[in-house]
Amino acid sequence: MLSKRIIPCLDVKDGRTVKGVNFVDLKDAGDPVELAWQYAQQGADELVFLDITATHERRKTMIEMVKSVARQLNIPFTIGGGITEIADAEALLNAGADKISINSAAVKRPELIADLAKVFGRQFVVVAVDTKLVGGKNMVHLNGGRLITELETEDWIKRAEDLGAGEILLTSMDHDGTKQGFDCNLLQTISQLINIPVIASGGAGKIEHFTEVFTTTGVDAALAASVFHFGEIPIPHLKNELKKHNIPVRL
Amino acid sequence: MVGIVNYGAGNIFSLTSALSRLGITYGMINAEEEFELYSHIIIPGVGHAGAAMEKLNQSGLVEAIRALKKPILGICVGMQLLTAHSEEGDVALTNIIPLDTKLFDKELGIKIPHMGWNNIEIKNNSLFEGVENQTQFYFVHSYFIEYNATFGIATADYGLPYSAAVQKDNFYGVQFHPEKSGAAGERLLLNFSNLK
Repeated sequence: MLSKRIIPCLDVKDGRTVKGVNFVDLKDAGDPVELAWQYAQQGADELVFLDITATHERRKTMIEMVKSVARQLNIPFTIGGGITEIADAEALLNAGADKISINSAAVKRPELIADLAKVFGRQFVVVAVDTKLVGGKNMVHLNGGRLITELETEDWIKRAEDLGAGEILLTSMDHDGTKQGFDCNLLQTISQLINIPVIASGGAGKIEHFTEVFTTTGVDAALAASVFHFGEIPIPHLKNELKKHNIPVRL
Repeated sequence: MVGIVNYGAGNIFSLTSALSRLGITYGMINAEEEFELYSHIIIPGVGHAGAAMEKLNQSGLVEAIRALKKPILGICVGMQLLTAHSEEGDVALTNIIPLDTKLFDKELGIKIPHMGWNNIEIKNNSLFEGVENQTQFYFVHSYFIEYNATFGIATADYGLPYSAAVQKDNFYGVQFHPEKSGAAGERLLLNFSNLK
């Protein structure tokens, strides 16, 4: 049986992990390699690194970081942020990334999804979608929820699947940061709509939220940042609780 | 020392990193005469099986692989290349292990690709020494090798039971990625490097 995946998400700037991380025995919380290794030890099933670097050096710095992570990490990881062309993806693949995640670049140029899937296989292509409820409709947003698009979330996700996306990372901007739980209604709608894996994101605050999203929706994975970084939810504890609810997990 | 068949099918950085972590030395095989430099051989592979087979044919190494008597391990698409035929591209493969590689059927109510950690039913085999039955490994694939009682040494269940690992004589194959499967995957690579 396929396990439900637990995925910590790390923000990276200039090759260093940012946002407060509160692991007791971490020597350098900004070192992506050490942090990634710690998460793997805790039982994370996969990691997502989101690059928020805005400088010209971003690509070179990121490649170096990805190589360092790949040398040490024995679980899969995804790189997102700033990927706009095949060459970006290829450099990341060659540095050891298992998947890449694209967001605004795909909205601006949907053929990018098809191009990437054709060259690298669809399993390599995660399409990240930020959604927000506007006038009763779930609309795709860019720039961390600040910029609305004309795309309805369901339509866009269906299209992304048709174009060749291998996985959808769906973040509810209404739930993100609230710690009030995932957007289970939308996540269930989406996971029934498509036939590729869905990662739930936005709203995780306590263990019950993970139990809820896995028991009431068909999502394959749940992603969170702060609850893991600050040690609010230790991953081994989370997985034991999920198992008690008969949710298949890797222990 | 492990020789990796370098036929251009996908990235092998994660694989070589895993071998390095385990202290297993390795090198690349680009030509037939280089097979003799190594005690164990790995055929990696990601992407499209048809395209991978075309590259392997172009490498001119197929006959040399067929003739090998030392332990050889195909990983993911590298494993599928050992079979007779793949529905991916409808291509004839090496037919070293007479099985078929098929596309998962979404009518079985499963998502495709099969992506993530899946437990496997392990037969008693040196490749899995020290690995508990039902251990989970990391899979990413849309095509699978049919279940077979003779050649199967581990079975996964995803909509249907299929071959997670196969063996015929000195030829081994795993559908999952040992280099991404945590401690269990590393143990498997170590076991492979110790196969006589």
